[in-house]
Amino acid sequence: MAENHHDAREATMVGRRTDGTLVRRPLSPHLQVYDMLQMTSLTSIMHRFTGSAWSVGLFFFVWWIVALASGPEAYANVQWFMGSFIGVILLFGLTAVVWYHTLAGVRHLYWDAGHGYDIPTTYRTGWAVFIGTGALTVLTWIVAAIAWAS
Amino acid sequence: MSENFPSTTAHQTRLQTPLGRVRQNGSAKSGTHHWWMQRVTSVALLPLMLWFTFGLASRAGAPYEEMARWVGKPFNAVLMLLLIGIGFYHTAGGLQVVIEDYIRPERNAMAAGLLIRGACWILGLLAALSVLRLAVAA
Repeated sequence: MAENHHDAREATMVGRRTDGTLVRRPLSPHLQVYDMLQMTSLTSIMHRFTGSAWSVGLFFFVWWIVALASGPEAYANVQWFMGSFIGVILLFGLTAVVWYHTLAGVRHLYWDAGHGYDIPTTYRTGWAVFIGTGALTVLTWIVAAIAWAS
Repeated sequence: MSENFPSTTAHQTRLQTPLGRVRQNGSAKSGTHHWWMQRVTSVALLPLMLWFTFGLASRAGAPYEEMARWVGKPFNAVLMLLLIGIGFYHTAGGLQVVIEDYIRPERNAMAAGLLIRGACWILGLLAALSVLRLAVAA
């Protein structure tokens, strides 16, 4: 491990199972090490991905608010972009990302409070995060569509 | 101090609680500060994010004047400033953890972390100044 400094798996947790066998696994969500079809790994890496994607979304937020403060001409550019095909796709993606990170964040707070660590509950809350993300993303866009039409 | 812990070899991660660390000779001043602040900011961001998302969605396609007036109202401007300040704090802290986990060697992780922090300050101040301008102009 020592010769490969660029491997994220270097940051490993080394411990022993109750039967005494050695266990080594990465401390962080890892695409190649963990099975991504598992709810536990999938929701973990998704929380990181959505958090990072939200950071990129902040650039558009800053563009929007700076343009709003700069005046109608600058704001017209933002409106043009956000109303374009790419803009709408971006905003829709960001809405889903924002809801996922929010709901998964609540799930993390629930864990932090000491609840829901068993596997069945973990799967239930994981599904709740995915279904909730879908439902709230659709709801947000229904609200936006009604506002747009009126 | 090691005699107080379950026997582990030097390379093993101690499965020791933060409180345990604090009570021993560990980092008693800021050991859990970063972790705790991520939780505090996430709780604060929850209502702010709900307000902002639906506030914006319900004004989709609104003309410039209406949007500028909405952000510029004192109460909305205060919520926006909180959202910006707490949001960028949470972003910088979150990205720092991601960087520390995946970027090697450590000097690269440190450089990337400083870059992120700098970018968050610049973007956050830009956004905050914009809100203040809208609030004061109105």
